Amino acid sequence: MTQKVQLFITCLGEQFYPTVLEGMVTLLERLGVECQFPNAQTCCGQPFYNSGFQSEAGKLAKTWLQTFGQSEAPIVSPSGSCVDMVRHHYPELFPAGTPEHAQAVAIAQRTYEFTEYLVHVLNVTDVGAYFPHKVTYHASCHGLRGLGLRTEAKQLLGAVRGLEMIPLNEEETCCGFGGVFSVVYPEVSRAMMQNKVQNILASGAEMVVASDAGCLMNIGGGLRKAGSSMRAVHTIEILAASESNGGLKRGAQ
Amino acid sequence: MSERPTYIKFGEYTEHIPANIPAAVQQATGRFLGLRQMRVSEMPQWEELRQAASNIRLHTLENLDFYLEKLEQNVRAAGGQVHWAADAAQARATVLEIAKEHNVKLAVKVKSMATEEIGLNHALEAAGIQTYETDLGEFIIQLMGTGPSHIIVPAVHLKKEEIAELFTQKLGVEAPPDPVKLTAIARATLREKFLSAEMGVSGGNFLVAETGTLVIVTNEGNGRMCTTMPDLHVAVVGIDKVVPDWETLTVLLKLLARSATGQKLSTYTAFISGPRRAAGENGPKEFHLVLLDNGRSKILQDPVARETLKCIRCGCCLNVCPVYKNVGGFAYGWFISGPVGAIFSPQILGTEAARELPFASSLCGACADVCPVKIPIPKILLHLRRRVVEGDEFAPASAPLMVRAGAKLGTFALGVPWLYRFGTRLLPIFTAPFRKDGWMSSLPAPANLWTKVRPFPAFRANFRQWWAKRTK
Repeated sequence: MTQKVQLFITCLGEQFYPTVLEGMVTLLERLGVECQFPNAQTCCGQPFYNSGFQSEAGKLAKTWLQTFGQSEAPIVSPSGSCVDMVRHHYPELFPAGTPEHAQAVAIAQRTYEFTEYLVHVLNVTDVGAYFPHKVTYHASCHGLRGLGLRTEAKQLLGAVRGLEMIPLNEEETCCGFGGVFSVVYPEVSRAMMQNKVQNILASGAEMVVASDAGCLMNIGGGLRKAGSSMRAVHTIEILAASESNGGLKRGAQ
Repeated sequence: MSERPTYIKFGEYTEHIPANIPAAVQQATGRFLGLRQMRVSEMPQWEELRQAASNIRLHTLENLDFYLEKLEQNVRAAGGQVHWAADAAQARATVLEIAKEHNVKLAVKVKSMATEEIGLNHALEAAGIQTYETDLGEFIIQLMGTGPSHIIVPAVHLKKEEIAELFTQKLGVEAPPDPVKLTAIARATLREKFLSAEMGVSGGNFLVAETGTLVIVTNEGNGRMCTTMPDLHVAVVGIDKVVPDWETLTVLLKLLARSATGQKLSTYTAFISGPRRAAGENGPKEFHLVLLDNGRSKILQDPVARETLKCIRCGCCLNVCPVYKNVGGFAYGWFISGPVGAIFSPQILGTEAARELPFASSLCGACADVCPVKIPIPKILLHLRRRVVEGDEFAPASAPLMVRAGAKLGTFALGVPWLYRFGTRLLPIFTAPFRKDGWMSSLPAPANLWTKVRPFPAFRANFRQWWAKRTK
């Protein structure tokens, strides 16, 4: 039986990282998974939830649940942060006993971060990728602590032929993105980002890998601000690289 | 000396953080965290201990009336006196009254967060009672005229050179930037105070209900001096510090020093059950316990935020917090800083006065991972953010109207799929003038809050078109 999944591309993924999304589809199809794309999806509401606007977030969550509730297929996303929102916070947005709450609880069980889906649902750790570069890895907070994904991305990257993984000092320390935090307290965000960028530059890697769009925007921008040509790439971009496509796709930052 | 602030300007403070603070803070917190990690790795049962501690704290808080009554009974049975203080003013008045009755001219203090909370030093000084902090760090910040910048290392933000300069200026002695010599100077200064003080003042790390025992952990021995030399002792302790019995106490003691400084146990753990009963016994002749509420019983009514009171003040959440490590403790505007300060202060001072603090976090969750009593700090931060923005039964909304209007507009646009898709198409067009090499290095307000720090990636959405083309 063919596995089917619904693609939850996330608003940041859609606006800034289309190659990550294409890579996700390519990889899933290569692994024999059929992708569906619910066209009505927008934003999961996390920026509002995290800013205290819980009733506003509740409205977006309702729309999201309607959109993804149309199919029974598991939901897969390239963002640990957005999955954490759906899995852990959606159920808190609706009072227990309401149909929305029941739906949120049920859908939370079948919503997965991409590397989590590969390693724990498909039981795949080697996707046959080829990427002959030295990379270092930043562990994104919500995937790491929210979803408890400490090893998944690294297992997948570890199986990539040609790839050399350089350890990153303070790998698990927040990069300073934090959603609205980055604009509410820009100077604190800057200090955290600079600390992360310094560690990345000192690692000696050619590029830094992370599994969340927010971190990539912040770290990628920070590297550019520091005058470095080093790129911040998504785990999926590396997993989608093969000998035939010669590495990263154009347009990745 | 911490005064109760009327409005905490976290954001404004972070715009000009003194350059030496982050380096000093990171050095010390990094050392503590490394030692803590070592201790944790020695204990395979660490996670079970944390869970047990969390259960103990929550159980006690949920039955606080019972344990407090038991505590009061047992302190009295041990010959001590118990005073209840509903707020900071009442606590200060109680201590002052006791001091006046005994004609106290000089008081020596053990490091205590509760007395910082109520601004006791200021009140004592104002009443003409000379007051000396005797913990080295507290002694330093008292001379400096500031509050603590860390829960357990109050002077963590200072380098030894700054302390030497301070001692030279304030104590009129030749002070070299050498920690051993600086400590000797403080010790010599304090020794005579210990000998002549009529009153010792402390806080308390725990209060054991079953025996009415005050527990104080210190590393410098000053706690023992303060609680045994003067004939009068007054302890000001939050009502949240009670533990049921000695068995539960040991669980918490196992976690406290390991989480705080990476020690297995602090150098001194003092157990004080009432005044001395026989000649030759150690301890004061008179023992007073002031139990401080100051908003705690109100926090208890909130089933989400109540877990804030599980805190045992180890400071570990500060040591691990990337925000704290880059801003230092003064950014948090009151005696308690870091992640736990960001959830404690808005509840005690009110969300109007401290509404910036719940937002002073990237929600990375590192604090909750290390907290020895498993306080869900990010969850409480979110709960308080909601209180600021939407208001709840504990406080009305206090966020600016503009922010609320903006959020409503944003949710509206994102809540209508066709509108969102339309916007997605327009964004790359509208932002084209700002784009260069796939980045936008400066954008108009309010997006400049992002671009002042680093460039913004170019809008480049085309997944839907790509998807539509390939599924045709």
